[in-house]
Amino acid sequence: MRINGRNRLACKTLIKDLDISKPIYVEAIKGLPLEKDLIVDMEPFFQSYREIQPFLVASSTPKDGKERIQSVAQRARFDDTTKCILCAACTSSCPVFWTDGQYFGPAAIVNAHRFIFDSRDEGAQVRLDILNDREGVWRCRTTFNCTEACPRGIQVTKAIAEVKNAILRGKADVPAA
Amino acid sequence: MTTETIQAPRSAAAARRGRFNLEKWGWIYMRVSGVVLIVLVFGHLYVNLFSGEGVRAIDFAFVAGKWASPFWIVWDTLLLWLALIHGANGMRTLVNDYARGRLRPLLQGALLVSTVVLLTLGTLVIYTFDPCLDPSVAGDLGAVCTAR
Repeated sequence: MRINGRNRLACKTLIKDLDISKPIYVEAIKGLPLEKDLIVDMEPFFQSYREIQPFLVASSTPKDGKERIQSVAQRARFDDTTKCILCAACTSSCPVFWTDGQYFGPAAIVNAHRFIFDSRDEGAQVRLDILNDREGVWRCRTTFNCTEACPRGIQVTKAIAEVKNAILRGKADVPAA
Repeated sequence: MTTETIQAPRSAAAARRGRFNLEKWGWIYMRVSGVVLIVLVFGHLYVNLFSGEGVRAIDFAFVAGKWASPFWIVWDTLLLWLALIHGANGMRTLVNDYARGRLRPLLQGALLVSTVVLLTLGTLVIYTFDPCLDPSVAGDLGAVCTAR
């Protein structure tokens, strides 16, 4: 929710950290349809999330044995974007998302990034095509609101930039080993 | 435990690959033209406002003198096209953000028309410019023109 005009997790924002000599403003997050009090309809947010196929896509069988072995470097490539908890703080702080709610939003792009740059995944091209949409990554204006809002400290704007870069190159730069 | 039905993932977007993507090329255009415009705009400002006598030197003869050189004709043509399309594309993204319904195509149409008209007019001025347009002009330019 919005506390004093900033998107924060209510469960992690303590009264002792706020200035209680002034009123504390508590509002519902912006950009999503308001249902009641502080409750918004999160469906458009999860709709975008589902559209980027947030699951491992792999048609081949692992080379030897049962595991898809990944090196430390390969795992580290997308480590930052695995931290997302789908709280919608980033997407509902994005001024482009506020305008008409059609933009995929930072959270969906972060979760696409998590699989696009995963060496075990084979669906990167499909996700890049989805985000190359009219309402995809090109609507990002790099205002960094999302990066500032993220309670998990994910470098959201950087992740979006990496996806833009991957679309321009036609492939994601995943470490070979 | 019940089995949840999993929705089929969206795959329609994948078929759209290979088509001209205005949003992508618009984004690339903004970055590339932006870098070139830094040089063009500051070069233009320096030559017109700082070098020599500075801003006081700007008159009809100053423009005539500049456009006597193909270098400045190319410079100004590039400046006109890159800056105008850069600005118009920026306005287009604003319209896409804030204009709803019928207002959107209306504003976008107005933007397109004004951009085309300004580009045509500006290019015409640069390439059909006649330094001897004003016979009353004095100084070096007047001397050049009367000598013709």
